[in-house]
Amino acid sequence: MKAAKGTVFKYGDNVDTDVIIPARYLNSSDPAELAGHCMEDIDRDFIKKVKKGDIIVADKNFGCGSSREHAPIAIKAAGVSCVIAQTFARIFYRNAINIGLPIIECPEASKGIEAGDEVSVDFDSGVIRNITKGTQFKGQAFPEFMQRIIAAEGLVNYINQK
Amino acid sequence: MGMTMTQKILAAHAALPAVEAGQLIEADLDLVLGNDITSPVAIKEMEKMKVEGVFDKDKIALVPDHFVPNKDIKSAEHCKCVREFARRNEITNYFEVGEMGIEHALLPEKGLTVAGDVIIGADSHTCTYGALGAFSTGVGSTDMAAGMATGKAWFKVPAAIRFNIVGKPARWVSGKDVILHIIGMIGVDGALYKSMEFVGEGIRNLSMDDRFTIANMAIEAGGKNGIFPVDDLAIAYMKEHSERPYTIYEADADAVYDAEYTIDLSRLRPTIAFPHLPENTRTIDEITEDIPIDQVVIGSCTNGRIDDMRIAAQVLKGRHVAPGIRCIVIPATQSIYLRAMEEGLLKTFIEAGAVVSTPTCGPCLGGYMGILAEGERCVSTTNRNFVGRMGHVKSEIYLASPAVAAASAITGRISGPDQLKAV
Repeated sequence: MKAAKGTVFKYGDNVDTDVIIPARYLNSSDPAELAGHCMEDIDRDFIKKVKKGDIIVADKNFGCGSSREHAPIAIKAAGVSCVIAQTFARIFYRNAINIGLPIIECPEASKGIEAGDEVSVDFDSGVIRNITKGTQFKGQAFPEFMQRIIAAEGLVNYINQK
Repeated sequence: MGMTMTQKILAAHAALPAVEAGQLIEADLDLVLGNDITSPVAIKEMEKMKVEGVFDKDKIALVPDHFVPNKDIKSAEHCKCVREFARRNEITNYFEVGEMGIEHALLPEKGLTVAGDVIIGADSHTCTYGALGAFSTGVGSTDMAAGMATGKAWFKVPAAIRFNIVGKPARWVSGKDVILHIIGMIGVDGALYKSMEFVGEGIRNLSMDDRFTIANMAIEAGGKNGIFPVDDLAIAYMKEHSERPYTIYEADADAVYDAEYTIDLSRLRPTIAFPHLPENTRTIDEITEDIPIDQVVIGSCTNGRIDDMRIAAQVLKGRHVAPGIRCIVIPATQSIYLRAMEEGLLKTFIEAGAVVSTPTCGPCLGGYMGILAEGERCVSTTNRNFVGRMGHVKSEIYLASPAVAAASAITGRISGPDQLKAV
């Protein structure tokens, strides 16, 4: 995947993995089942409204808390094409890369994008465009090491290729 | 440029003479850990890898602890998946119900974590082992799978924050109050991507169980790891529990820290984190309103160790849990459970009207064994008070030490042990 384009769901600071996928559903590891409860404890309407390609934009420390990989898995399986945040919690950051969910840190974009905006992201350049508002931001590009993992669509394929 | 303690351990495991903050490295792993929630995902991922089996059957620990004894059919299937993988790969350190405990209390007790190790675990509280001078950090299931297959993991070498611990804590002030104070001070992302390096003469006034509690919650400040220097107490603990050789790393005098704080233990007070973030802290003296509660949980990888059981029992001894309050005590491992029994602590808990459970993470993450209904409040010695963490999205969790939790169980409202009538 080289680019993403979709409608934005906007959240604030410290969106934790317990609200992304509550632990009461962790007796399953099936992506589709997890996706059905994605964001349930912060936004009950998310799963009803989300369309393939949509984008999540948040403020600081997105994905804090538990190490559950079920969180990025649920987001990806719900159809989300990219998560943009001011900062990510470190385990979520690793997990997203490892399962091939594109994420970009960009404080300016987080401030300049509202819920419902149409946004596109170019992964090669890190350029984020707010189509609705006609604005543009430069996100932090991944270091080369991580780009290789993303290009392989996750850590498993990356290891298999080595 | 000098290196921090964390950086020295990482350099040694990457076979590099030196590393610096921000550098990407590949390090050899001494231990890879997983539980019943994260391991099934890791096992599925590992099966997609072109590898023969695990890198070293002695360097993997599998601990079903979150939803065991199995809480439902789906959890039972997860545990079965982990059990069969352990059998198939002859994993030495698989701990079945009856031997298991909450992973971060169990592994040090079993001698599987020692100073100088690099440890990853598919559980965010893997940072606990920093109390023994190891580099340990939480990762996801795919990292765990790669770790089990290759014995290696990639890391970005963290920058560091230094916490200079001085003074001696007052009675009823424990490791939980120290770490809640720090998180309140720097925030839930105050140490994001960084190592939290605890140093200073005050450390000698903290028991090993205090240090495990402090390192355990480094993640609640966003930290990559929390780490303590290796002193006589840590060495004595390792000698008692482990036959593995340990290596002591010390920070260079000219190591670089992004920030430095001094924590005077003598000035700390029992500290409580209000809903819905661990950074929303107040000392017991700052709480002027009456906060009635419904439940108390004393346990978890944060505060389910023998010191915690002893403190809770000291407060509950000769007293009784308030009418209508559920007080749930969960010793973190079988050995802690047994010791609590031998010391008469379990008798104290039961006579006080508390229930005592087999080791499980259950209520901490809203799994089972103490789920909250709408509008209910719980004082808990666990580590997270996020929205919905222990049950209904409109329930509330107040994080506190075992002393405050036990005192609150007696009064039925948030209380410090000093507020109780003498018995």
